[in-house]
Amino acid sequence: MRQAPLPSALAVALPVFGAASILLAWQFLLPWLGVPAYIVPTPTAISGVFRKSLALLLSNLWPTLIEALAGFVIGNFAGVLLAVLFVHSRILQAAYFPIVLFFNTIPILALSPIIILIFGLGMTPKIVIAAVICFFPTLVNMIRGLDSASDNEHELFRVLSATRWEIFWSLRLPRALPMLFSSLRIASATAVIGAIVGEWIGSDKGLGALIIQATFNYQSDRLYAAIVLSSSLSIAMFAIVVLLERRAIRY
Amino acid sequence: MANAIEARRLDVGYSGRQPVVKVLSGLDLSVEAGSFLSILGPSGCGKSTFLRVVADLLDPLGGSISVLGDTPHAVRSRRDVGFVFQDSTLLPWRTVRDNVRLPLDVGQGRLTRTIDDRTDELLDLMGLAGFGERLPHQLSGGQRQRVAIARSLLGQPRLLLMDEPFGALDEITRDRLNDELLSLWRRTGATILFVTHSIAEAAYLGERVIVLAANPGRLARDLDMRPFKQAGNRCSREDPAIVAAMAELRGALEQAS
Repeated sequence: MRQAPLPSALAVALPVFGAASILLAWQFLLPWLGVPAYIVPTPTAISGVFRKSLALLLSNLWPTLIEALAGFVIGNFAGVLLAVLFVHSRILQAAYFPIVLFFNTIPILALSPIIILIFGLGMTPKIVIAAVICFFPTLVNMIRGLDSASDNEHELFRVLSATRWEIFWSLRLPRALPMLFSSLRIASATAVIGAIVGEWIGSDKGLGALIIQATFNYQSDRLYAAIVLSSSLSIAMFAIVVLLERRAIRY
Repeated sequence: MANAIEARRLDVGYSGRQPVVKVLSGLDLSVEAGSFLSILGPSGCGKSTFLRVVADLLDPLGGSISVLGDTPHAVRSRRDVGFVFQDSTLLPWRTVRDNVRLPLDVGQGRLTRTIDDRTDELLDLMGLAGFGERLPHQLSGGQRQRVAIARSLLGQPRLLLMDEPFGALDEITRDRLNDELLSLWRRTGATILFVTHSIAEAAYLGERVIVLAANPGRLARDLDMRPFKQAGNRCSREDPAIVAAMAELRGALEQAS
């Protein structure tokens, strides 16, 4: 049997309590257990980095933010565009979808050095990596979404003598929106991963570079602060996608 | 009176397959203009398929069919045919009003006549005034089907094709919508082809009921209901004459299955 939903006050209070209890255990229990600060710095030490080195953190956030956002937009746009082409031309889909499928099986970590070889060390390769990582889930979801209208819905549009463009605009696209948004939610996190992976391999700025430098220099408080910041970036992008989704899909 | 539909030796099937699977074979059928025809038959007898041929959604393999004295394609291009599906097929992202006016938003470029915006009039007619701004998921099953009927009537079609439109509704709602449909039919004078699985519904609504047999689909029984009813296709559901007609239809359906 399903459990009854929690009262709304508890539904808010319990996650806050959960997070607070973990932060408290982290702050006091781990040092008491003898876990050294260079492995796990305390939450107060990490928040200290935000106070002392905010300029450094923000100057590294910007490149990652731009790369992740640009990669998100380009990768998803390319995914949607190719999906539209594929659902309108079965020949194109039969010819090229298997190649896209094969391309997707190449691990992004193996692909990244090649992308850096091609595009150099600037922001471009990071944007490309973020775009590649966003592209495939959106392509697959969008193809499914554009094809998800029922036979009856297609027949209705046929009875009304709708053109291909009208079928696309008034039926296929609105039908695809829920699936598109579910892949955009995923992409909001993976775009940041793509940008950071790109920065690991070849960059001296950005959160990825900061993570690598902090690791090699045993600046674990800075490392953790960079992690908190990259996770915040993903959460912010995710929240924007959710807001857009609520405006676009009312049913 | 002229015939709304004339089918001669109509063969319908799926030619993509080998051997060709015939869904309807050699069907001869004339439907008088302005009449109400109920179509009964077991699953796979081609009832829905026949509606799809009339609506120009499917090409016949052989034989001929004329609809309102023209080809199905010409009739569709004039928007002279309305189609109501079993599931209401409302677009969930459009409000009730925007669903009803869908025929004004799509296909206009290909229309061979202009149609008027009668959205408000139809919402009134179908008892949906005040529901225009709702979304389909906020409606009951019966209300959704009313919206679908309103949408099919927007172009003032002379022919209305209904594919088990009330099949998923509870019996009370179904009976009420049956009565509304009859009064709509009397008011518009449209020809209605009504596919159903329910013998009672077929008998109550139809001036004439045909029973199709399956494998391949063909005409098994053609029953004129007018002798069982009062003038104007009026009857009560408990009328002994209607009950007798239903027994006859049941026998035909059992033989056809």
